[in-house]
This record gives sequence, C-alpha cells and structure tokens, in this order.
Amino acid sequence: MSSYPTTWKRPPQIFTHRGWRIGLQIGVLVWFVLAIGSIDANWERIIAGAERGMRFVQGFLQPNFTSRWSDIYGGLIESLTMTFTSTIVGIAISIPIGIGAARNLAPAPVYYVCRGIIAVSRALQEVIVAIFFVAMFGFGPFAGFLTLSFATIGFIAKLLAEDIEDIDESQAEAIRATGASWWQLINYAVQPQVMPRLIGLSLYRFDINFRESAVIGIVGAGGIGATLNTAIDRYEYDSAGAILLIIIGIVLVAEYGSSYLRKFLQ
Amino acid sequence: MLNVEHLTKTYKTGDKALSDVSFTVEKGQVVGLIGPSGAGKSSLIRCVNRLVEPTSGAIKLNGTDLVGLGAGDLRRARRRIGMIFQEYALVERLTVMENVLSGRLGYVSFWQSFSRRYPGTDIERAYRLLDRVGLIDHADKRADALSGGQRQRVGIARALSQEPELLLVDEPTASLDPKTSRQIMRLLIEICQERDLPAIVNIHDVPLAQQFMQRIIGLRAGQVVFDGTPDQLTEDVLTTIYGAEDWTAMRQGAQEDAQAERDAAREMARLGA
Repeated sequence: MSSYPTTWKRPPQIFTHRGWRIGLQIGVLVWFVLAIGSIDANWERIIAGAERGMRFVQGFLQPNFTSRWSDIYGGLIESLTMTFTSTIVGIAISIPIGIGAARNLAPAPVYYVCRGIIAVSRALQEVIVAIFFVAMFGFGPFAGFLTLSFATIGFIAKLLAEDIEDIDESQAEAIRATGASWWQLINYAVQPQVMPRLIGLSLYRFDINFRESAVIGIVGAGGIGATLNTAIDRYEYDSAGAILLIIIGIVLVAEYGSSYLRKFLQ
Repeated sequence: MLNVEHLTKTYKTGDKALSDVSFTVEKGQVVGLIGPSGAGKSSLIRCVNRLVEPTSGAIKLNGTDLVGLGAGDLRRARRRIGMIFQEYALVERLTVMENVLSGRLGYVSFWQSFSRRYPGTDIERAYRLLDRVGLIDHADKRADALSGGQRQRVGIARALSQEPELLLVDEPTASLDPKTSRQIMRLLIEICQERDLPAIVNIHDVPLAQQFMQRIIGLRAGQVVFDGTPDQLTEDVLTTIYGAEDWTAMRQGAQEDAQAERDAAREMARLGA
C-alpha cells in the first residue's frame, strides 16, 4: 500500500512565518476599523439627501427629451464637434511624440523631451486643464477642444511609444539591412506593425473624449456637459436624465462600433 | 570579392564574440559558416553589413572598407549586400510585393517608397524574381498568409532585388522542415551560381553544410579553427569545432534522424504497396 499523503496545501509564498502572517492580518483589520471610524458621516444629511437622490432617480426614470430639446441638441452637436476635432488633432500631434518617445527609435535627448511632454499631459487631469483653458480663453467649446487635444496627446503617445518598443526587431533589422533610411524604416518596418493598435487606440480615445466632454462641460468648457450642468442647477432632473441617457447611448454606439472596426482591421 | 581582415568584436558586456577573424570570399563562392551556438557566427555576418558594429579590423567589399563609413555611405554600402534571415524577417502585414520591393529602399527616395511608386524596372525585377522563386501568383497576398518555405523564398527575392554584390545568409533553414530546408538550400546555391554571387551562409546543420557548400569555415569561441572544403571536414576537425561531447551527441542525433527517415520511407512504401 502506498503511504503518500492524500491532502495537499499550497505553502505560503511571501510571508513564510506564521507569526508574520497573523500579525499582518490583525494589522490590516485594525487599520480598516480605524479608517472607517475616521469617516465623518452626517446621518441626518444623508437621510435628507436620499429624498433628493430619489427625485433625481425619478427624473431619470421619466426622462424629458422635449422641453429642453434645443439646448440638448445644441450641446450634443457642440460635444460631438469638440470630440471629433480634438481626437484628430490630438492623434496628429501624438504620432511624432510617440515615435520620439520610443527608446528603440529615438536618440536619448529626443526620448527624454518626448517622455517629458507625455508625463506633463498625463499628470494634469482633464478638469484641471479645462479650468485653466476656460480661464485663458473664456467659456465655451474652444477651451474644451484644447483640453481634450492636450489629454489625447499623453494617452495616445504613451501607448503608441510602448507599442513601438514592443515591435518585432527582426523585421526592422531586415529593413535596415536593405540600406533604408530612418524614415523608410518607420514607414516599412514600424508602421505596419503598430497600425492596427494605433487605430484601435484612436477609436478608444474618441470614446473617452466624448465622455470627458460631458465632465469638462461642468467647469465651463462647453458641450453637453454645460447643458447637463444647467439642467441640474435648475433642478430639472427629467431633462438631466434625458441627457445622461443620450450620453450612455452614444458611448454604447461608439463601443460597439469600435470593437467591430478593430476586429475588421486585424 | 570580400576581404575580412583581423575582425574583432567585443560587446559592451565584455563578451568577446570574435577575435582576429580573417578570410577572403571570392566571386561566386558560397561559404558555409559552422560552429556551436555562441561561437560568433551571427555576430560575424552582422558585422559585415554593420548591423553589429565591429570593434576593430577591416571588412572590404570589392575594395571599399565598410568599417568606419558614415551613415549615408553605410546605407549605400548596405544596399549592395543582401541579407536572408533565420525567421524570414518579412514585414508580416505588408504584401509579398511590398516585401520584395523593400529591397529597393536604398535606391529610391522616401516619397517613392512611401507612395509605393517604384520605377518600372524595379517592379519588373520584382515580378521576375517572384517568378524565379515560384511565387508570382502570391504577389498580392500578405506575407503572413504564406507558409515557412514560401516566406523564405520571399526573403530570398527581397535580398536579390537589391542586385547585391554579396549575400549574407543567417541560418536560412533553422525554422524549416528537412525537405523544405534542402529545397531552399538548393535554390540559394543555384541563384549564387547564376549570378556569380559570393555568399556567407551561417548554418548549424553540418550534414546540410557538407552537402551544399563549396567551402566551410569553422568558428569556435570567436576564432577560425577550420577553413577548407567539405571533404576536409573530418571527425577530428568537427570534434575541434564542437567539442568532443557535443559533436558525438550531434552525430548520434543525425544518425537517429536518418534512421527515423528510413523507417518512415519504408512505412510509406509498405502502405503504398
């Protein structure tokens, strides 16, 4: 008869000592309890707010598309215009920056400059950038367009650079061996390898920019966000609900459309 | 004619890949470069077109020293040297035709290559080469739609479209099955004879090298330890190149392969009968 054990337990991988494990678990529990205790919850305010929240939800359940339709329509067109132009301009600027930020293509000084631009663009959140541009250029969609273009650069350039760094080097080596120039290398060895991903990212960014346009509208950068903000300020939750439904609808369409396009492009 | 004189390559890590390698390849001669992994075969052929930068020494192609050329001159030198790769190294998402035409990149302007408007002579040559390697019907397919053997044929056509004065071939058959390997080697040899083209072929399959090469250079730890005809490649020499243990293992492997092939052939014959 075999005398091998019939049970097996995965041995602990990181904290192998039992004392450490128990101490750590107690520590996490204590920290969690203290953290919960430090949250200052005003229960009366929450109960009062629940009523307003219900009004909001009810408005959402009975959306009113008609009474503010011209405002909604105007905001929507503004948002879509802003999204479309900022995505295209942002991508056009991102491509050279993304190439410059790829370590395998760019010399060190160019690399650091481009990575710096990306870091700045990513560090500043859209709402902060929007407040800055609204202060500089006044209320309206132009500030929104600039904000979204700026945010697109950090996003696309970073992911493009990472994709370029991941290309199959042997294909690039083969093109280099033919005596190709740097530009020809980009066009023949790099572009075919990164194009499907770049298109996928661009569609994804379009979708993000549309959603962001609703957020930055609240700080005055125009578009459907401004309309939404006005509706909420006037306690017109039925119109606000209609706006939110339209935003959800457009994001859904963009989502399905882009996944279909990406499949088609592979 | 290619002269390699006292070529040395030391990598930044301190690894000495090549030390004082010298040899000459005459016009039309096909030289096989054999040796164990890490002997410096790959570094050697990449030093010739300077995909790897040599540390010292001279590499003269028809009189021009390739070491120390500036960027522009280096590109003009590279377009005279065709290269064929182990994993084919085709640009997978481009068509077969674009891959073959990419051999002309060193000769055309950026805008010509960008807009794919190559001169008529280049396009004619590309079709002729595709016909030569038996792939003219596949010109408009994407490279990743082809089989391994077909891809390597495209790789050969790309190298030849450069109208090279020298071919560098890096393990052309390492990713192919034995039968396709032999077809590709035969094609390479024929093409070199047709064009009186010198070639350096990295190859780790010793029997294949003995079968096809006119001359064999053996590398061990970055040094030339053998330079002669395939007949001179005796057991003793191979033991020097590969080390006693590895060579015995390789030979046994080869014998087992041969035995397995014979068995398979017998089986096929029996089933056919």
